[in-house]
Amino acid sequence: MNINIFSKKKKYASVVLSNKKSVEAVPDGIMTQCDKCKKIWVTKAFKEALNVCPNCNTHHYISAEERIHHLLDENSYEPWDTELSTINPLHFDNYMEKIEADQIKTGLTEAVITGKGTIDGLPLGIAIMDSAFRMGSMGSVVGEKITRAIFRCKEMKIPFVIFTASGGARMQEGILSLMQMAKTSVAVKQLNDAGVLYIVVMTHPTTGGVSASFASLGDIQLAEPGALIGFAGRRIIEQTIGEALPEDFQTAEFLLKCGQLDAIVPRQEMRATLSLLLKMHRTEEVSYA
Amino acid sequence: MPNFMEFERPIVELKNKISEFKKLMEDADIDFSKEVSQLENRLAHLEKEVYSNLTPWDRVCIARHPQRPTTLDYVRYLFDDFIELHGDRYFGDDAALIGGIAFFQGKPVTVIGQQRGRDTKENIVRNFGMPHPEGYRKALRLMKQAEKFCRPIITFIDTKGAYPGKAAEERGQSEAIAKNLFEMAGLTVPVIAVVIGEGGSGGALALGVANRILMLENATYSVISPEGAAALLWKDSTQAKKAAQAMQITAKDLYELGVCDEIIKEIPPGAHVDVKVQADLIADRIQIALNDFSTMLPQEILSQRMNKYLRMGQFRDQPFG
Repeated sequence: MNINIFSKKKKYASVVLSNKKSVEAVPDGIMTQCDKCKKIWVTKAFKEALNVCPNCNTHHYISAEERIHHLLDENSYEPWDTELSTINPLHFDNYMEKIEADQIKTGLTEAVITGKGTIDGLPLGIAIMDSAFRMGSMGSVVGEKITRAIFRCKEMKIPFVIFTASGGARMQEGILSLMQMAKTSVAVKQLNDAGVLYIVVMTHPTTGGVSASFASLGDIQLAEPGALIGFAGRRIIEQTIGEALPEDFQTAEFLLKCGQLDAIVPRQEMRATLSLLLKMHRTEEVSYA
Repeated sequence: MPNFMEFERPIVELKNKISEFKKLMEDADIDFSKEVSQLENRLAHLEKEVYSNLTPWDRVCIARHPQRPTTLDYVRYLFDDFIELHGDRYFGDDAALIGGIAFFQGKPVTVIGQQRGRDTKENIVRNFGMPHPEGYRKALRLMKQAEKFCRPIITFIDTKGAYPGKAAEERGQSEAIAKNLFEMAGLTVPVIAVVIGEGGSGGALALGVANRILMLENATYSVISPEGAAALLWKDSTQAKKAAQAMQITAKDLYELGVCDEIIKEIPPGAHVDVKVQADLIADRIQIALNDFSTMLPQEILSQRMNKYLRMGQFRDQPFG
């Protein structure tokens, strides 16, 4: 429906091919390099693999729009609360300029999109955070959009699925951003008490105040491979405890080992996995409840 | 380190001068009583001026004062027969967060709070008042227990934050905090939170989903420490003074932002001057809060708390631009 309003800005490196002698004839952006294993792919193939490197399986940034596109049934997405916009409650210098710059860069109005759609015909409410917008940080608008989405799902009795990607609270909104943790958790509590399914998919990165609120409160907690997930920043922990941390510290794989996750699901299998979980929670089939 | 805060310097200097005169009067038998009384007048004015013009950073310094009363200091004066209850039943007992049952003006209440140490030795035991997940899980256990027995819950918030450590992450610091927010949202007994020192981020909020949030006049409550904010925003942690201003972290700021419900006065320059007097001031506000909620039904208590948090935040309900 409305998803074409988003721009195509990507976080992974696009190789500037005009500098390369051998492929001088190939136009800009047609090849994409994995910044982990350095292999170069045809961008079209890379995108068909949902920005997952076919060689090293690194799950690269994917925009909220692209996620909607590959997860939901075609033309099933209807956005919610697109009119909500950010103000500058603490009168922070340059805050609105930064918001405007990211709006232009990403084509998004804020760091989360919410709406409803279907997967294999099964309805759901969905929220997708986009780390390209202010690092996915949670201010008043992000908190309000997620809260409203949860209440809509509660009213409609449809499952709520959220893809988290956030550096944490939005510094420029101070205590109000901290309070969004409480606000969203209150909403999740009501969703829970109404018996509605809530699935969290933690993607890279999910940290700070977001990981310590709605992102950790799912009935089912999934994560993408390699995603950074944690409360405190790695550098702060290393400074505090005075030792280097293991390479895989705070990755999805590390969290699974620590018992903090239900499963790690590769991006290519996400739609099928969500479809299955939605089927297993169809309300008419739990008549004995 | 001098045993006064930087903003107190002119007061301390004037006080020293007054005692010098007094000493001279005694030693040399010269009458300086007129000068002394003039200086004392000036001192009164100066004190009034200094204490009514504290900057946010001055308040941060007061909140961090080494003698600032801790949770257990207030527990001693506010409650009778406090019995500390230990452990989360899963992993261990976190000394950075204490809890138990006590009488408040004759009625049983559950008391929970982060606990700093009062000196280095004690701070090592208390982990500087920075809890691990087991601390938050102990708090939750005691809150559910309070709910079962219809006891009001009084929490004291006094932490730089949840502990940023390896073990804390392994045991699910995020989940422990999130679960407290989630479960506190559903409690059917009144929860009164009192921010007594520094309220640092999610580690503070994990005891802070309350029906009423009280803040001591010089307490702070913030998404990040002034030093952390300065490092993040301007890549310069020495700009903490500026950040303390910009982040709006004082009790007055939070009152104006609609987060804090009441500010509790402190005796200048701060609560450390007299913990007993300060405890009395806190007791008055707790008593009023408990009275206000005593006539409410469990469902009303729960709704009041939920609606309070659902209103938090400022935004515009129309497109940007």
